[in-house]
Amino acid sequence: MTLKDFVLSIEGLTVSFDGFKAVNDVSLYVEQGALHVVIGPNGAGKTTLLDLICGKTRPTAGSINFLGHELTQMPEQKIVQAGVGRKFQTPSIYPALTVFENLEISFPRGRSVFGALTFKRDKAVMERVHDIADMIFLKDQLDTLGEVLSHGQKQWLEIGMLLIADPELLLLDEPVAGMSVDERQQTGDLLNKICKERSVLIIEHDMNFVREIAHRVTVLHQGAVLAEGSMEHIETNEKVIEVYLGH
Amino acid sequence: MSGTLFFLDIFKDYSSDELSSIFVMQGFSGISLFSVFLLMALGLAIIFGQMKVINMAHGEFLTAGAYTTVLLSDLVTKYIPAALPYYFFIAIMMAFFVAFILGYIVEKLIVSYLYERPLDTLLATWGVSMVMQQSFRLIFGAREDSATMPEWLMGSWSPTESISIPINGLFLLLMSILMTTIVLLLMYRSRWGLRVRATVQNREMSTAVGINSKKVDRWTFALGCGLAGIAGAAFTTIGSVSPSAGSLYIVDTFIVVVFGGAGSIIGTILSAFGIAQAQSILEFFLTGVLAKVFVLLAIVGILMIRPQGIVANKVRQ
Amino acid sequence: MNTLLNNKLTGNKDQTVSFLILAAVLFVFFPLIFDIFRLNMVAKYLSLSFAAVGLVLCWGYGGILSLGQGVFWGLGGYAMAAFLKLEAAANIAKEAGSDQIKALSTIGLPDFMDWNQITELPYIWYPFKSFPITMVMILVLPGIVAYIIGVAMFKRRVSGVYFAIITQALCWIMEILFVTRQGWTGGINGITDLRTCLGWDIRTDSAQYILYFLTVALVLGMIIVGKLILQSKLGRLLVATRDMENRVRFSGYDAADFKIFIFCLSGVISSIGGAMFALNVGFMSPKLVTIEPSIYMVIFCAFGGRLSLVGAVYGTLIVCFGRTFFSELFPESWMFLMGTTFVLITMVFPRGVAGIVEDYGPRLLALFRKRSAGAEDLRIVKQAGVS
Repeated sequence: MTLKDFVLSIEGLTVSFDGFKAVNDVSLYVEQGALHVVIGPNGAGKTTLLDLICGKTRPTAGSINFLGHELTQMPEQKIVQAGVGRKFQTPSIYPALTVFENLEISFPRGRSVFGALTFKRDKAVMERVHDIADMIFLKDQLDTLGEVLSHGQKQWLEIGMLLIADPELLLLDEPVAGMSVDERQQTGDLLNKICKERSVLIIEHDMNFVREIAHRVTVLHQGAVLAEGSMEHIETNEKVIEVYLGH
Repeated sequence: MSGTLFFLDIFKDYSSDELSSIFVMQGFSGISLFSVFLLMALGLAIIFGQMKVINMAHGEFLTAGAYTTVLLSDLVTKYIPAALPYYFFIAIMMAFFVAFILGYIVEKLIVSYLYERPLDTLLATWGVSMVMQQSFRLIFGAREDSATMPEWLMGSWSPTESISIPINGLFLLLMSILMTTIVLLLMYRSRWGLRVRATVQNREMSTAVGINSKKVDRWTFALGCGLAGIAGAAFTTIGSVSPSAGSLYIVDTFIVVVFGGAGSIIGTILSAFGIAQAQSILEFFLTGVLAKVFVLLAIVGILMIRPQGIVANKVRQ
Repeated sequence: MNTLLNNKLTGNKDQTVSFLILAAVLFVFFPLIFDIFRLNMVAKYLSLSFAAVGLVLCWGYGGILSLGQGVFWGLGGYAMAAFLKLEAAANIAKEAGSDQIKALSTIGLPDFMDWNQITELPYIWYPFKSFPITMVMILVLPGIVAYIIGVAMFKRRVSGVYFAIITQALCWIMEILFVTRQGWTGGINGITDLRTCLGWDIRTDSAQYILYFLTVALVLGMIIVGKLILQSKLGRLLVATRDMENRVRFSGYDAADFKIFIFCLSGVISSIGGAMFALNVGFMSPKLVTIEPSIYMVIFCAFGGRLSLVGAVYGTLIVCFGRTFFSELFPESWMFLMGTTFVLITMVFPRGVAGIVEDYGPRLLALFRKRSAGAEDLRIVKQAGVS
């Protein structure tokens, strides 16, 4: 395969905090339309990896190439505008705004000061918000305040806020944490639907869930890549069993 | 005259010998300014740097310490003049306790309710400072008071013929070194300091492991105020005290702490040293106020490049 | 049409009502009960309330606490004063032969420049020879200063307490510069003896009446501008940035831009207030732009309620009148009263007077409704938003 087929290619990525290498020489490639899952024990550097991709943390060395953009040099909002959406581990939505307003504010128009001043709630916005709300199972909760949603619904809302901007790559940090079995099932379906049009990079702990959805899996351990491949391949890897799956 | 940079211009009237002696002399005066800054900033480095409370009344605790010293010196002069050479050590302790108790009360009544709203502590403590200033005015009058100094604090010490260092400046320097050492030991080597740092970093967690975070907050705040009281006592050796004396220092003190990197006591020491030296050296060439403007602008500029202050760790978020 | 406009301007009925009440108090009530001396005092306080209105926008909604609003307020004030002073100096020059002109060695220069041996008008004073350019300066100067500070700070993500302390340092720099550059600024005395504006004597009773109404109109105008901004998507983004800056950034917005915008706007609003002050009072002094007045501006805003534009005006008027009244009545103890009030307001009523009215207003109205049996009263109460 050539570089062109990858949405995201990470090469030699390293970050150190006061000498501690949280991510150490990681290379990782995400294919177009793939549902790529990163697993690993606590402190393996998974969340830091996502922070590096979306620009929240800056690497000490290495490169992150996203559709021809070198992300390590770009400010966060430019990375988002280039087409990378990030969901955080603890749902981060606007608690004082309604579901509708949460989605509307994430609509990718009127992002400048002047644009925001003159932004109008027109038909295109209304339709898009309703489409997304339908997709994330919240169409009946459009007027509910963000803070009163259940934990699972907040997770969905945050995914919806990313989807409304129509990104090429979604970064999801533990999207099914705190969800009921039913909600988990729904989220699995949602993710399968989402990745038809875009690529998704997910951090997840729940191995059953990973088994269901993952196209490809990367195992991180102590900041470095331990193994990579399909789920069947990973589950038979001795090193992985030893450090992670074994317990 | 023209054509040269303004900055180089200011040096051109001096020979290199003169220049080096100017730097040495201004360096000495910078050291006493440094001890002033450091003494003021230590308490705030704990209250603001560690606890994130914007204590606008910090200067008033300093004033309280200074008035305690003045009061004691008056009493000693009147009733036991023989004790005059020694009273100052007792005055320092009393200044600490007075400011400590006042701080304890202020924390219990006001600050303890505002830890979740750091910017609001600014408004509330501004109110506290108004009340305290007015109290001083009612009790001690609006005019300036000064303490009677023991003989041994006056005069100056001349190691060589050309250099003479005032004793009170030297005393101030010793005081600031002593206080800094105590604070550093307390914060980084004692069990109590560990609790303070734990509470500051993660309040919920430290409560969960059995630290009484309310008590830690109260004692930490009171300690910071007590340190301001000591600074007040020390200041009576170089100047007089008036009800609004403390408020003159408050902005300087905040700048020292912010510039050093809030949360780092080492940073506070470095920043007090840097600001004091820069100011006293510049003061020789420019007028005092312009030196101040230059120093302030430089600090603002450096803070733009390093918003976290001069000493700060890269943290994994 | 009317209701549509009201909704657009103020969002809901409660806010429209409070805005209209403020307009009525300022436009009708005060002119009826106060003589021109007191009314001029109100105009002076209203000039300060511009800064508080600006702070509601940048602190209350944007989460940016600026302790340096005095800088912007002062820029506007000094710009206006500079224009008026040049006119005063020109007038003195015209009255050649009077004692004053004989005492001056340089004709047509402001008196303080003459005292400081300045024989030619400094270049920075040139723009203030023209009235239109002065008006532009009042809006542009604070805008530029705020923009530079804003870009330097917010792009570097300096925020919260650090920003507050840095703005305080800027205030100090401004004070030192304005006090020490005597020949340019009038030093510690400031710019005094301002008498006419475009030939119109601003010290007469009729002029002060007109200036009062102009000040009121401008304050109300600023409130409407603020309301419009808060109602737009920008308003929601400001609150979003205040509460969850990271999420805003990861929704593809440059959060710093919104902060810079609202900080600049609040600076410009303050500056207009400063200019009105110079017109209403006839002087400008560095004592009004230092650290303490800047903190007072924050206190006006906190007192009135940091989330209420209308409250900011009430807050300023109450604190200023309180200060004047109590300092005359109890010179010994008024500071206790003020200090204690600030502490209580911060601790018990963080939403200020506006918060108290919102919380207790409906209950009072309900009480009022029970006591009066008239159907007319019922209707009024219902209209005021009590259900």
